Amino acid sequence: MTVTGDGRNTATSPLAASAGLTDDDLLAMYRTVLLSRAIDERMWVLNRAGKAPFVISGQGHEGAQVGLAWPLRRGYDWIAPFYRSITTCLAFGMTARDLMLAQFAKASDVSSGGRQMPGHYGSMERHIVSVSSPVATQILHAVGIALASRIKGEDAVSVAIMGEGSSNQGDVHEGLNFAAIHRLPFILVIENNGYAISVPAEKELSVKDVASRASGYGVPGVIVDGTDVLACYRAGRDAVERARSGGGPTLIEAKVTRLTAHSSDDQQTKYRSEDDLAQGRAHDPLPIFREQLRDAGVLTDELEASMADEIRSIVEDATTFAEGEPDAEPSTALDHVYGDATGAEPAPPWHPSAGARSEGPAA
Amino acid sequence: MTTRTLIEAIRDGLSEEMRRDPTVVVMGEDVGKKGGVFLATDGLWAEFGDNRVIDTPLTESMIVGTSIGAALNGLRPVAEIQFADFIHPAFNQIVSEAARLRYRTQGGFAVPMVIRAPYGGGVHGALYHSQSVEAFFTHVPGLKVVVPSTPYDAKGLLRSSIRDDDPVLFFEHKRMYRSVRGDVPDGEYTVPLGRAAIRRQGRQVTLVAYGLMVAFGLEAAEQVAGEGIDVEVVDLRSLRPLDRETLLGSVRKTGKCLVAYEDNRFGGYGAEIAAIVAEEAFDFLDGPVSRIAGPDVPAMPYNHVLEDWFMLSPAKIADAIRRLAAY
Ligand SMILES: Cc1ncc(C[n+]2csc(CCOP(=O)(O)OP(=O)(O)O)c2C)c(N)n1
Ligand SMILES: [Mg+2]
Repeated sequence: MTVTGDGRNTATSPLAASAGLTDDDLLAMYRTVLLSRAIDERMWVLNRAGKAPFVISGQGHEGAQVGLAWPLRRGYDWIAPFYRSITTCLAFGMTARDLMLAQFAKASDVSSGGRQMPGHYGSMERHIVSVSSPVATQILHAVGIALASRIKGEDAVSVAIMGEGSSNQGDVHEGLNFAAIHRLPFILVIENNGYAISVPAEKELSVKDVASRASGYGVPGVIVDGTDVLACYRAGRDAVERARSGGGPTLIEAKVTRLTAHSSDDQQTKYRSEDDLAQGRAHDPLPIFREQLRDAGVLTDELEASMADEIRSIVEDATTFAEGEPDAEPSTALDHVYGDATGAEPAPPWHPSAGARSEGPAA
Repeated sequence: MTTRTLIEAIRDGLSEEMRRDPTVVVMGEDVGKKGGVFLATDGLWAEFGDNRVIDTPLTESMIVGTSIGAALNGLRPVAEIQFADFIHPAFNQIVSEAARLRYRTQGGFAVPMVIRAPYGGGVHGALYHSQSVEAFFTHVPGLKVVVPSTPYDAKGLLRSSIRDDDPVLFFEHKRMYRSVRGDVPDGEYTVPLGRAAIRRQGRQVTLVAYGLMVAFGLEAAEQVAGEGIDVEVVDLRSLRPLDRETLLGSVRKTGKCLVAYEDNRFGGYGAEIAAIVAEEAFDFLDGPVSRIAGPDVPAMPYNHVLEDWFMLSPAKIADAIRRLAAY
């Protein structure tokens, strides 16, 4: 182990070196995946316990998400994620408490104050564009953000992320075309888990790989195995470098698996065979990444034990904290329709502030 | 003071705001070298260059969606939709995204952008170059909707819209672009959103209108004035936010309210005005709140006889005023 003056471990196993990273980087990535999985699993427990009406999951996508998010500059670059981006958002600076506050939809939920469904994360200060439910709209926001960066002379990179089913939307065509014309610092990540709810890829895509469509826009299309975290990292890093240096957009397709039902409202055994589900479990990125790190000597029994303890307490803390937070007051539900009070319509007669107009945002 | 047409006033408003604020950019189809199909952006590209006057591909959802993104990242985009009739591909971006981003993030994200779109009929534009689309958007909390009827207002309202921190739909009547002239001050001024203007004082009937219907309404008021019917004409200017005080103040004075709008009648914006007046000025009314509006067919036909049949006119409005005044 090589420890620097500031206590950082700069040890570099051959595995880490192969990606230009340190062992600490690998452990931090692994910890993010573990934490994401633990929070996600807790959300399902809360759902079954009747404490959270809705869960949408990132399980199976974590390896791709952590690898692809890692090369980005947190809070400087931009991401426009989707409802499965739990690991991406953790890697981009959101905390376990932030995620649990959204899960419980509390007033202090930093993403939306409990207005959106769980899983719809967002943060202006972290440059995480608020997740929307209509799929694929975010590609255009990310492209517009990249355009603004270009116009302002900044070198921030902007990334849109969505599923393969969503990639069929017209906005994706319109966005890729425009980003490619102007060689914008933009990356489109497709997390292809083979299903759009119940519809399998062969019924939603005319081609085997979404990445093959990239050539139609004159941009590179890259396919990565979502269980190979370092391959995802390298693909992300190359795309970020290309984008930042003026080389234009990249489309990255990560082949992932959806380990859970589409959401807590879905029963996937109705449309997926036992065989298919077993294959999915064999492509769980978590044990694969773990084995890789253990084989490389980066992850040890002691480290695993201490990480498990730490994560257990983080999840415990986040859950207890979020559950105990107050719900939003209905009297605040008229707030933030417009930035100023002049735009608002009067409150309805049964509203606590009937007759009054909604205030704009707190100054 | 200088005399300007409506479109000249819009062009002046755009270029002056672009000079004042380097974050203002213009995006749309043909807005660059050509200066827009109506020449609203003529000269802007020569002055401000490729970075701030952007010719986009023929993709309306992208024009609005990337404008939203650019607004999130510090710009104030003014998107042009070539004709209001072609705004529908962008409907999802406007309604699901632009209108809701502030609300769904508790004010964390704001979308300061303007969408300009030429609207309206009587220009031989047929089904797809004549529509009024304001009702689709006035229904949506989070959006502001503005329709100027004079060059003075067009420039002043456009400036306020660009400076506003929320998405504003700015609808310009095509038939007024060059047919309407008016005095515009040389210096800097704005017209605030959410304030109606009384264009003609009167005691017997309130005529509520916006856009081209203001001009038609003023002519109609002159026609019936000779018959002893004294009409007050309220130009809403800003459909959302709505200036209830001016609207209700006028109706409480006259006791009669007629709403004129060019769009087809059923479910149109004027229906909301009628409902508000009926609810909030009921005690003052001595006649039915009435609407004069376009017929309920899917869109405006091309043939000039059929187009005339669809369009309101000063004469049609005058007839409606007479019917209401008879109560
Ligand atoms: C425009 C739109 N249509 C339908 C839906 C309902 N819906 C939500 S997710 C989804 C499937 C998305 O599949 P994919 O993009 O592959 O992402 P995945 O959920 O598989 O990760 C559908 C149909 C929606 N949210 N938005
Ligand atoms: Mg999918």
